[in-house]
Amino acid sequence: MSLSVDIRKTLGVLTIDAWFECAGGVTALFGKSGAGKTSIVQMLAGLTTPDNGRVAIDGKPVFDSATRLNLAPDRRRIGYVFQDARLFPHMTVRRNLAYGARRNRTRENRGPGFADVVDVLAIGALLDRQPHLLSGGEKQRVALGRALLSAPRLLLMDEPLAALDAERKWEVLPFIDRVCRDFAIPVVYVSHSIEEILQIADTMVLVANGGVSAAGPVEDVLNRPDLLRAAGDGNAGSVIPVRTSHLDPVYGIATLTFAGGAFRVAAPDLTVGESLRIRVRARDVSLATERPQNVSVLNVFEGTVGTVSTAPGPQLDVSVDVGGAVIWSQITRKSLDDLALQPGAKVFAMVKAVAIDRPSGAR
Amino acid sequence: MFSLTPLEIEAVQLSLKVSLWAVALSLPFGIAVAWVLARCEFPGKSLFDALIHVPLVVPPVVIGYLLLVMLGRNGAVGAWLYDTFGITVAFSWQGAAVAAAVMAFPLMVRAIRLSIEAIDTRLEQAARTLGAGPLDVFFSVTLPLTGSGIVVGAILAFARALGEFGATITFVSAIPGETTTLPVALYGLAQVPGQENSAIRLVILSVVIAFAAMFVSEIIARRVRRRIAGA
Repeated sequence: MSLSVDIRKTLGVLTIDAWFECAGGVTALFGKSGAGKTSIVQMLAGLTTPDNGRVAIDGKPVFDSATRLNLAPDRRRIGYVFQDARLFPHMTVRRNLAYGARRNRTRENRGPGFADVVDVLAIGALLDRQPHLLSGGEKQRVALGRALLSAPRLLLMDEPLAALDAERKWEVLPFIDRVCRDFAIPVVYVSHSIEEILQIADTMVLVANGGVSAAGPVEDVLNRPDLLRAAGDGNAGSVIPVRTSHLDPVYGIATLTFAGGAFRVAAPDLTVGESLRIRVRARDVSLATERPQNVSVLNVFEGTVGTVSTAPGPQLDVSVDVGGAVIWSQITRKSLDDLALQPGAKVFAMVKAVAIDRPSGAR
Repeated sequence: MFSLTPLEIEAVQLSLKVSLWAVALSLPFGIAVAWVLARCEFPGKSLFDALIHVPLVVPPVVIGYLLLVMLGRNGAVGAWLYDTFGITVAFSWQGAAVAAAVMAFPLMVRAIRLSIEAIDTRLEQAARTLGAGPLDVFFSVTLPLTGSGIVVGAILAFARALGEFGATITFVSAIPGETTTLPVALYGLAQVPGQENSAIRLVILSVVIAFAAMFVSEIIARRVRRRIAGA
């Protein structure tokens, strides 16, 4: 599957000008609220019409201003999971699920089976209930199942977890993750949460002011703190693939090896041998020119300064190359001058174990 | 023992027949017009809206007269109806139903329009992304969610049709056994001295039927609302 998008639309003060392609898997659209993410997916679904441009799935256009092609939403076979579940209030869960299934199934296009979807989403007990009796998380799972059962070629998810509180979010996210893998349906996932993106996305598209400022594999895009900050992520930093190599049950410390050494983090519930991704925020990394002695910081890595960002202002980002892996550090311009850091200089990067979030599963 | 005279039975039956036909006849149009007013924007919409409301603000006699001019045997529409189908509605119970339908139409449209406007259009969008075409969305989402509004609109129209007098007597006159609905019969009795008792009986009958209609409407509307609870 491939999706290629090249669309423009003027919406009041905001001008959408989006160009990106994705080859399959989960593509995350990340950006501030008001950056135009929702407008972009609505145009993909056909709920709004771009001023001009082209949207094609597997080379077949669903919108093309050059040939005046504009398929109606019901003819595009693009599923949509909305932020608010939008279940039909006059139907039971079962009839909601069947709504899309009844209208899209053809002999050559079977889509996921009813029983499989109900099983994966664990909604078997809810089938005969009315939507208003469901919790927010349950509604969202049913909405996901309803979209899946309409046998879509592409599934759009517009901040499906935004309306849920933090706890519910982590109840629903694993389901979304499983759905993306089990049913092999390509997904465009809109979010302003890096944690969600780390958990499920393969590709990432940064959206800022209606345009696309970066696109590529999640690890690559997330290792561009300058772009991420511009897109509204104050927690920008590095994402490092790691493998759990040791667990210390006494202190609840896990050892996670990566290309340049090993992180030690407070995460007692991991299993040895797991492949994971950890995110190290640039503002949680401090630098020293000599190996620090007698500090509480568990993670000290020797490396060399790679690049120093040229952004104006009192703060800047310094990349440290640690055995092939890149760790970004956000420091003040004053510290940079005091330590006389220059590309190629030897430095020690320090990361507090407690500053690293619980690692996310790797794709 | 309260037993009805043949004349009263006739009036009640005629009233129910005329009102039911009036509602049945106008309901599809009422839903369509309500949908257009709730969901469409077009030039001249406020004029269209005003036209729909004309029977509510113009004296009923005027409506009856206009119907007579248009649908009478020599009227533009009436002549065509007679020549093509051999139908004539003036001075018949069918004419009474037409008059009642026209008079009750604005009330019906208002009730249905309000409930269509209360539907979240985002549900209809969701239905589109699930593969339902516009007509399919209307019948599978919009119409069921309008349920209580349709019931309320139909009963309001029914009650209004039961009470219709001015347009009816102007358009179809008071022909015994053909167009003497309850109000028309009551008017007839009121013109004759010494018929006070018979008149009072018709008054009570009218009140009972109207209250029964409202009562039934409330029960049905409540049941529909419960079926789509949460909406």
